[in-house]
Amino acid sequence: MSTTASNQHREAPAKPTTPAGKAADYLDQRTSIGVLVKEFARKVFPDHWSFMLGEIALFSFVVLLISGVFLTMFFEPSMALTHYEGQHPANMHGQLMSVAFASTLEMSFEVRGGLLMRQIHHWSALIFMAAIVTHMMRIFFTGAFRKPRELNWLVGMTMLILGLAAGFSGYSLPDDVLSGNGLRITDGVIKSIPVIGSYTSYLVFGGEFPGAHIVPRLFTIHILIVPGLLLALIALHLFLMVLNKHTQYPGGGRTDDNVVGFPALPVYVAKMTGNFFIIFGVLALMGATMAINNVWNYGPFDPSPVSAGAQPDWYMLFLEGSLRLMPGQGTEWVIAGFTLPLNILVPAMVVPGLLFTFLFVYPFVEAKVRGDEREHHVLDRPRNVPTRTALGVAFLTAFIILALAGSNDLIATHFHLSINSITWVFRVLIFVGPVFAFWVTKRVCLGLQRKDRELVLHGHESGRIVRFANGEYIEVHRPLDEQERWLRVNYHAYEPLRIEPKSDARGVKRKGYGADRRWQRLSRFFFEDRVEPVTPAELAAAHAHGEHDELAPAEHPAIGAGVGAGHGTTQGH
Amino acid sequence: MSENKNTPAGTSHEVTATERNTDVVHAERFTDPGLHPHKLRLADTDPQAAKRTERIVTLLFVLSVLGTIGTLVAYVAVPPEGPTSSVRLSTLLLGLGLAVSLLGIGIAGIHWAKTLMSDHEMVQERHPMRSSDETRDGAVADLNVGIAESGIGRRGLLKGAFISALALFPLTIAVPLIGSVGGDWNISKFKHTLWKTGMRLAIDPSGRLIKAADVTVGSVFHVIPDVTQEYRESHEWITEKSKAVVLLVRLKPEDITSEQGEGWSYDGIIAFSKICTHVGCPVALYEQQTHHLLCPCHQSTFDVANGAKVVFGPANRPLPQLPITVDDEGYLVAQDDFAEPIGPSYWERLK
Repeated sequence: MSTTASNQHREAPAKPTTPAGKAADYLDQRTSIGVLVKEFARKVFPDHWSFMLGEIALFSFVVLLISGVFLTMFFEPSMALTHYEGQHPANMHGQLMSVAFASTLEMSFEVRGGLLMRQIHHWSALIFMAAIVTHMMRIFFTGAFRKPRELNWLVGMTMLILGLAAGFSGYSLPDDVLSGNGLRITDGVIKSIPVIGSYTSYLVFGGEFPGAHIVPRLFTIHILIVPGLLLALIALHLFLMVLNKHTQYPGGGRTDDNVVGFPALPVYVAKMTGNFFIIFGVLALMGATMAINNVWNYGPFDPSPVSAGAQPDWYMLFLEGSLRLMPGQGTEWVIAGFTLPLNILVPAMVVPGLLFTFLFVYPFVEAKVRGDEREHHVLDRPRNVPTRTALGVAFLTAFIILALAGSNDLIATHFHLSINSITWVFRVLIFVGPVFAFWVTKRVCLGLQRKDRELVLHGHESGRIVRFANGEYIEVHRPLDEQERWLRVNYHAYEPLRIEPKSDARGVKRKGYGADRRWQRLSRFFFEDRVEPVTPAELAAAHAHGEHDELAPAEHPAIGAGVGAGHGTTQGH
Repeated sequence: MSENKNTPAGTSHEVTATERNTDVVHAERFTDPGLHPHKLRLADTDPQAAKRTERIVTLLFVLSVLGTIGTLVAYVAVPPEGPTSSVRLSTLLLGLGLAVSLLGIGIAGIHWAKTLMSDHEMVQERHPMRSSDETRDGAVADLNVGIAESGIGRRGLLKGAFISALALFPLTIAVPLIGSVGGDWNISKFKHTLWKTGMRLAIDPSGRLIKAADVTVGSVFHVIPDVTQEYRESHEWITEKSKAVVLLVRLKPEDITSEQGEGWSYDGIIAFSKICTHVGCPVALYEQQTHHLLCPCHQSTFDVANGAKVVFGPANRPLPQLPITVDDEGYLVAQDDFAEPIGPSYWERLK
């Protein structure tokens, strides 16, 4: 958008005289870019720190592209074998290795800035995934996926999966011992797929594992296919965001019919550009100071050695943990002579399948049980949708337990615990943890909603104690101001769906009743427990039958026995 | 788009659009108090503060330039020559310069936006995503005209030919690709390794042969088949080694409670495939006291003394045992290949 800034002079009458004006005139006569500038230059975007999470993902992707292009200049995606001729690192000199590994060493030790770019690239990938996940958490907990943004949620989910593919394919390129073992695990998982597993393994590796093809194939996936798709989807993601206009947090003056915020030019151009440079800067700092993936310490791929305590990158930990938790005994079935290894299929296919399916379908399920077809542009406060918030926390709990289980060996060595007991604890926790987290979160949300009601009805505690003539003591409460109150009452507590009866007046059974009934049950699960927002009538009633929360000095001539009763902060009703 | 307009603070208008759900309608709702009143910042009221902020932003940009210069100096002055420490130093200096250069611009931009640029909230209207009925009708009409003009509805044969041609042409690319992408597609290779009758056991990676007498009780050997040095520098070898690696231990013969075949061990020397039956990691950790073999990837644990049966973890089957004996010269040799496919399970494993 910054490039269009100079085009503002376009509208100068007659012939433009300034160089910028001339350029703008030239461009506009050929593209009518003025329309675009008029549309977007002062477009309003709402402001909140959490809207920056998606930006972090976007900008770390840009850093990935920049550092990635640098790396492709020196990396050779070949599995041909060579003896490493470089003198450094000394432990690798003369070793037999693939050209891919050798070129990774050369770019680290001989190219100036090569190691820096490798490390920036790796850190950017980790931050990219982390930013995507936290961005999705923001979207989920505030209900930003509701109509009309369900489709953009799907675009985002697809990008999450592409991000995993990008990370995995990139991690495997240097052809070191660790990444080779990662590929080997992948091969084992692929082989477990019924019917087509063995052939799929051949398809991926061009023959038996590891073969001589996997690195060049992953290279194409990593630098062409996945980033190409990601770029296209990012464009779509941003296009839909602009089309739908950004959501906004609730507050005074913010409605589903307007957008309140700052103009793109100059505020967001400056803030976003600044944010890009800060993110790039922080990633550069990480790449400069924090070593990551020192492949020369692991050595080139060899199918024999593996070291303990080897973890995948963090975003893959949940799969690793899932594999580790599954008990092996009795879980490999042989049916008509064919082998069905459930000890691999369940943790590596079914578990991630369930997790991703939940994320994919959630917006549609929630829309159905809410039973409204409105557009939603004002975000929810997470407490106001207790079941959604609780489901989200339960999901994260499962994800975190799996990730921790993927690090069970590190937990064992760091805390001197038995690996078997840790695994058993996680085996139980993966079932109990999410349910418990759901329950606690839902209770906390309902509690917070009740607290909000309490605040709206009775105001803030002021700390001022007053004694009446009859000897009664009360604490004076200060009512909420309009903005504070609005934030707490401006939401809609949905009720469970109401469905039409099973049969009509003549006793004819209605088609589709069963399905309706099931949706209603699900809807009850969501909205049975709810706390309604305070209405003006309730507030008035609370004041009228006041439990002396508020004090009108005229009615109760009080004896000022309180603390700091200096100013007349109490208000009548 | 309509002109931006600031809603004057204090105007209130109904916020919650009327619900389609008729069940929850409160008698009344609170009214929207409107936007928060705008608060002036220090730089808005105090010209000196504004001037100071301007100087800070300028300084940050200058700092960025210095960072860039620093990187260029580091590039020339500190080349990564020699060992790891020198590479680390070069990386550190280049990276710090880069970080200062970038952070200078970034922090300056944000500070500028937050302190000096206008912070008056603006309000713009939203319009429903749904296009108007008129537009929709027009779109449907246009589509119908287009379809009618193509005649695809009337010309059934043409429609069939068109769809067939489109559906079939990808085969021209897919068939050659799928035909070649899996190599020879001969998945029976999973069932065989380099081991065969009389093949000597060698130490990984040196290739030195192993005499039974060299193996003391409690010791562990990482073993490969005895092949030529030349072969061991080929690609084929890496693939074969991925299946053939073996872990060899010597127990007291009386400690061995069971093995997978009669006479498959030699005097307490017992050999198992090193490839985990779970997902194929090398099972590399041996615990002498318990005779347990642990896979470091997913912690499958096998009892070497008891036919490598699974005692813990996600693996289901024991590690296949390599039947061994000694030849005339006292070297350990394989009696035969493994009796079953090594490594992870797959659909056709028992076929």
